Amino acid sequence: MTLSSVLLLALYLVVIVGLGYPLGLYMARVYDGTSPVLRWLAPFERLLYRMAGVREDEEMPWPRYAMAVIVFNVAGLLCVYLLQRVQGVLPLNPAGLGAVSPEVSFNTAVSFASNTNWQAYGGETTLSYLTQMLALTVQNFVSAATGMAVLVALLRGFTRKNAPGLGSFWMDLVRGTLYVLLPLSLVLAVLLVSQGVVQTFGAYATVHLVEATTASADGSSVTDQVLALGPAASQIAIKQLGTNGGGFFNVNSAHPFENATPLSNFLECVAILLIPAALCFTFGEIVKDRRQGVAILAAMLAIFVPLAVLTIAVEQGGNPMLDGIGVDQTATLLSAGGNMEGKEVRFGPTESAIWAVATTAASNGSVNAMHDSFMPLGGLAPMWLMQLGEIVFGGVGSGLYGMLMYAIIAVFIAGLMVGRTPEYLGKKIEAYEMKMASLVILLPSAAVLLGTAIACATDAGTSTLGNPSIHGFSEILYAFSSGANNNGSAFGGITVSGTFYATAIGVCMWIGRWWVIVPVVAIAGSLAKKKIIPVSAGTLPTHTPLFVTLLVGTVVLVGALTFIPALALGPVVEHLELSHLVSR
Amino acid sequence: MLTLVRPALVLLACLTLLTGVAYPLLVTGIAQGVFPSQANGSLITRDGQTVGSALIGQSFERPEYLWGRPSATGAFAYDASASTGSNQGPLNPALREAIAARVEALRASGVEGDIPVDLVTASGSGLDPHVSPAAALLQVPRIARARAVDEARVRAIVEEHVEGRTLGLLGAPRVNVLRVNLALDDALGAPGGAAGDTPGR
Repeated sequence: MTLSSVLLLALYLVVIVGLGYPLGLYMARVYDGTSPVLRWLAPFERLLYRMAGVREDEEMPWPRYAMAVIVFNVAGLLCVYLLQRVQGVLPLNPAGLGAVSPEVSFNTAVSFASNTNWQAYGGETTLSYLTQMLALTVQNFVSAATGMAVLVALLRGFTRKNAPGLGSFWMDLVRGTLYVLLPLSLVLAVLLVSQGVVQTFGAYATVHLVEATTASADGSSVTDQVLALGPAASQIAIKQLGTNGGGFFNVNSAHPFENATPLSNFLECVAILLIPAALCFTFGEIVKDRRQGVAILAAMLAIFVPLAVLTIAVEQGGNPMLDGIGVDQTATLLSAGGNMEGKEVRFGPTESAIWAVATTAASNGSVNAMHDSFMPLGGLAPMWLMQLGEIVFGGVGSGLYGMLMYAIIAVFIAGLMVGRTPEYLGKKIEAYEMKMASLVILLPSAAVLLGTAIACATDAGTSTLGNPSIHGFSEILYAFSSGANNNGSAFGGITVSGTFYATAIGVCMWIGRWWVIVPVVAIAGSLAKKKIIPVSAGTLPTHTPLFVTLLVGTVVLVGALTFIPALALGPVVEHLELSHLVSR
Repeated sequence: MLTLVRPALVLLACLTLLTGVAYPLLVTGIAQGVFPSQANGSLITRDGQTVGSALIGQSFERPEYLWGRPSATGAFAYDASASTGSNQGPLNPALREAIAARVEALRASGVEGDIPVDLVTASGSGLDPHVSPAAALLQVPRIARARAVDEARVRAIVEEHVEGRTLGLLGAPRVNVLRVNLALDDALGAPGGAAGDTPGR
């Protein structure tokens, strides 16, 4: 690793923690209703609730809270589906794009409602401006706000005693959108435009090429270049902040109009982890023990940093397959070197690697380089981070509630070792909580492995791969890891717009989102009803380095045991093959 | 259940208006007012004609011009209406063959020594507007020869366009290919045949 990579990674983490701390405390005040900012829009909020028939003092029992989440998400999903099916006859469609196929529409609807933002389509060639705005941008906001709401419900479960309800999903949803996501997005969007990210309702621009080129199909002369444009910056801001990740353009944030300069890249990269990191501080604030939040953040960093270092080092090292054919991959003052296939010069290998690790640690899934062309170990880190369940930072809200499930499992294991009833944050962890936490971890893992197995065993699954041999398997494994854990990035060589992948990944995204949310809300409901046990000499403190180690150990062990066999067949064996080919 | 449907639909509609209509419109308003050039694609005009975007690469093959990176876009190189990378895996034999062929082609144009990796690998977007300074300087002798001018003049133009790391840390050093080529044409005249014509090949 070069010195500048080390400095850059350090700067990145310092900025995230530095901005995350005040933001986290602010979010705690927003959700408990005590932030003075809430007064500014109070009349507007009240109007919304009156129109919607929402009671401001409603305390939803857990089944009702979970049902509200699902009803709202299904309504959004239907809306996204319908808009895609009829976009051809709707306005704001300067490129004249027609209706999207039913299976891709279904896939995209689940994808955006579930905060996955897996893309079975290329933005500029498939979706009209209207669909991008009314369907996708909206779901970018509300799916993120949904994740945060579920987290807040879980935290209320920890802090309330003998309480029947978890608060109102409607208010959590509105407040997350109005006071957190919208203002942050507005600021980021304008900053991005200043760097060259496009924001216009004008039609695609046509420019006259300086030198004519030739069409690859028939060798005819091409004298014009059509530049895809659109209201991109507004969507990219929330796509990054809400850990959504769905690009405006096909190549996502590798596209110069989506990510124009190294500065825009840094801002977008910070936005990926900002809210997930800030929520750790929100957690500490809400449970009235900031050390608890810091411990969780420390555990996340303990997994993040080594994987980031590995990926940077591997990508910077270049591709040994190119040795001996006259290619210079070394880093010098005049060239960043490294494995540059699928990467942009303005980012180079370091920032492409940091982004890849951040976007898969969080369930963001946006990319600024093509992960399919990463070295085997460079692709392994992102894949494994997704398979861990998107809990290292993870999605906004969903990452932390996933990590808290692991914390519950960690205290349970610790309790077994010393023969005491486990407790976390003053709440007894019993059989019911353990069952639900196990579901949260098992269901997405099962979806990944079963989906991959089915794809490998069928023609439909293996006929659209972009690369031969082992790497083709990695494309399948990556696709299902990404879908079932609501990430959305891909090894993009694989074509996923066909019926099989559109449907199978659609189902996996569904399982990975709502089949996880329901047990999490169930735990919240169960915890809220319990009393709070005072700390005693026998209580396992959950803010110490010892607990952080235990938590990291639990995550790594569960992740390793579940996925090492599959990874061994993909990136691991590909890495070994690389060593073999190079030594020959 | 039914008591959940009304709030769900009303809030979805209201939040759609807020985040799907008002928010993009507001951003567009600010963008068009404060950063009109950037918001519309950072277009470059010359003699009243739009000749490109400062952010989007174009394909250059004539020896008089600085060449950019290989592009994996489908219809033609640097098709900015359908961005894509090659998505070839690191061990894919087709990748190594393609790169070896590009190295050979550059050798045929008179380049000696190892070639900076960015000049023979396809970018992520297929639209990368930059090459590394090393890849640009490598081409100076060829451009000077083709234009029958002193190497120093070409080198000076290329060096003028080298952009370093932002704040000394962010990004990688780079040269904007289209900007260099426009500067070359401005300083040394457009090569034979009007701009935009198919070169005799």
